[in-house]
Amino acid sequence: MNHSHSTLSRSPASSGSTKTSARQGGLSGWLAAQLPKLVMAPTFVIIFVCIYGYIGWTFLLSLTGSRILPVWKFVGFQQYEKLFENERWMVSLQNLVIFAVLFIALCLLIGMVLAILLDQKIRGEGFIRSIYLYPMAISFIVTGTAWKWLLNPSLGLEKLMHDWGFESFTFDWLVNPDMVVYTLVIAAVWQSSGFVMALFIAGLRGVDDEMIKAARLDGASLPTIYRRIVLPSLKPVFFSCVVILAHIAIKSFDLVAALTGGGPGYASDLPANFMYAHAFTRGQMGLGAASAMVMLGGVLAILIPYLYSELRGKRHG
Amino acid sequence: MVEAPMTPVRQLARYGLYAVLALVAFIYLMPLWVMIITSLKDTEEIRTGNLLALPGSFNFDAWVAAWSSACTGGTCEGISTYFFNSFQIVIPAVLVSTLLGAVNGYVLSFWRFRGSELMFGLLLVGCFIPLQVMLLPMARSLAFFGLANTTTGLVIVHVIVGSGFTTMFFRNFYIGLPQELIKAARLDGAGFFFIFRRIVLPLSTPIIVVTLIWQFTQIWNDFLLGVVFSGAETQPVTVALNNLVNTSFGGKQYNVDMAAALIAALPTLFVYVLAGKYFVRGLTAGAVKG
Repeated sequence: MNHSHSTLSRSPASSGSTKTSARQGGLSGWLAAQLPKLVMAPTFVIIFVCIYGYIGWTFLLSLTGSRILPVWKFVGFQQYEKLFENERWMVSLQNLVIFAVLFIALCLLIGMVLAILLDQKIRGEGFIRSIYLYPMAISFIVTGTAWKWLLNPSLGLEKLMHDWGFESFTFDWLVNPDMVVYTLVIAAVWQSSGFVMALFIAGLRGVDDEMIKAARLDGASLPTIYRRIVLPSLKPVFFSCVVILAHIAIKSFDLVAALTGGGPGYASDLPANFMYAHAFTRGQMGLGAASAMVMLGGVLAILIPYLYSELRGKRHG
Repeated sequence: MVEAPMTPVRQLARYGLYAVLALVAFIYLMPLWVMIITSLKDTEEIRTGNLLALPGSFNFDAWVAAWSSACTGGTCEGISTYFFNSFQIVIPAVLVSTLLGAVNGYVLSFWRFRGSELMFGLLLVGCFIPLQVMLLPMARSLAFFGLANTTTGLVIVHVIVGSGFTTMFFRNFYIGLPQELIKAARLDGAGFFFIFRRIVLPLSTPIIVVTLIWQFTQIWNDFLLGVVFSGAETQPVTVALNNLVNTSFGGKQYNVDMAAALIAALPTLFVYVLAGKYFVRGLTAGAVKG
């Protein structure tokens, strides 16, 4: 059918007409004009139903007292009140703040330093880069499993240090409610810092060489060149990284599931784990929906200003 | 960055630089190394031996157990079934979402209509919305269509979640193609699908590879959608791995945990080693928008 269509609309071309097929009259012309929209229709439906429609649906659910099954009896914003009185939720929010701030800061720092180090005409750069980046290719579940073993208080890194003669070394963060959230940071930074490095290397390669050469001739030192010329021109990359890392942090779920299981107790829960537990295993659908809406609010608070500045920047550019 | 004459001090700095890079490489590789050697040790050696030391003898019992007899929650048949489940989910989901992304990207780049830019914006926002806001309604909808806990249902969910990204990839790639190419073909009266198949698709190989690899990695590594939407029979390997690791009866067998984790990681690591360049391009394409 596609083929017959293309031959149909091709025929006027032989007569030397410069009109596009869309401007011809008749059914086939109309169809040709509508074709792009028809092709997009399934995606259009998906966006409106499965993304924006479902958000509305979740919002409505969050206004009900639903437990195991949806019950359409509205209770106003009670679930949100319950949510913010819930100790476990507050712990998960607090964890998210600690986790996100440290995760983003460390990934940026490590990624940026590695990118600059690799930018010094390193022999075997491609190979080294691929070592720094491979954790990005594996699942957070695998990462969590690996670090659960490494951080095992009696057999992992702690035992290694004892074997090496540091008998007093203790590293029990995995079972210490006050420290367990930092184990998430360690594993997540290991997995994602290479990503920041990759983005920054791509950015560094885009910096105008002439400017650097000119600065060199003026006698500027390498650190000065990076500080004054190179890094300022990478501001967009920097913001992209922050937004993407923040996004990874907010949706972090699998790492917690595999590494700590949210424990000890619920000391290392993140909002996504709270949402899953209440919506799907504890029969607290309304509360789960409310927590999902709060998560959405958090993401939008970061995303909308970012997209806005991006789009505005492009229009002016 | 700029060549400068090699003085002894500079030479020393170069050595220092390489030493730092090697040390960092060691840190990044260490967890993988520990996983591999732990999976080859027996329980006794794990208890007594050094974490980083090679095993006394290579012992593949843990791999066999992880593959075919370890307990993953309810059953004790290893993770092999779930490994193949993952392929059954990943292959159709990757193909459909990539095709959808190609066609959408083509329309959004060359056949714009009123509102198409707005649609792209909505799609982009959709890429970054936390999946949690879709989970409950999606579960209800799948149940309504009788697709709860089925592979088909999970494939559909992955296609829905993934096509935003695939569309973005293709659209950002197509925007960079010379518009004249397509304009000329349209003036000659070539139709929508003709241009797509004969002009645009042949130019798309790089972005198709990037998208396939990106989607494969994303869907293979997914855990959230798998744990919410799959049943006991249709679980992907990530869910089975998590069950295996967190199954707590009997003595903890860390070697089996590590072997299972490596099995779950092998397909994506394999793709990464084979086509890392394209994987990196996918990562940067997701961040650097057109």
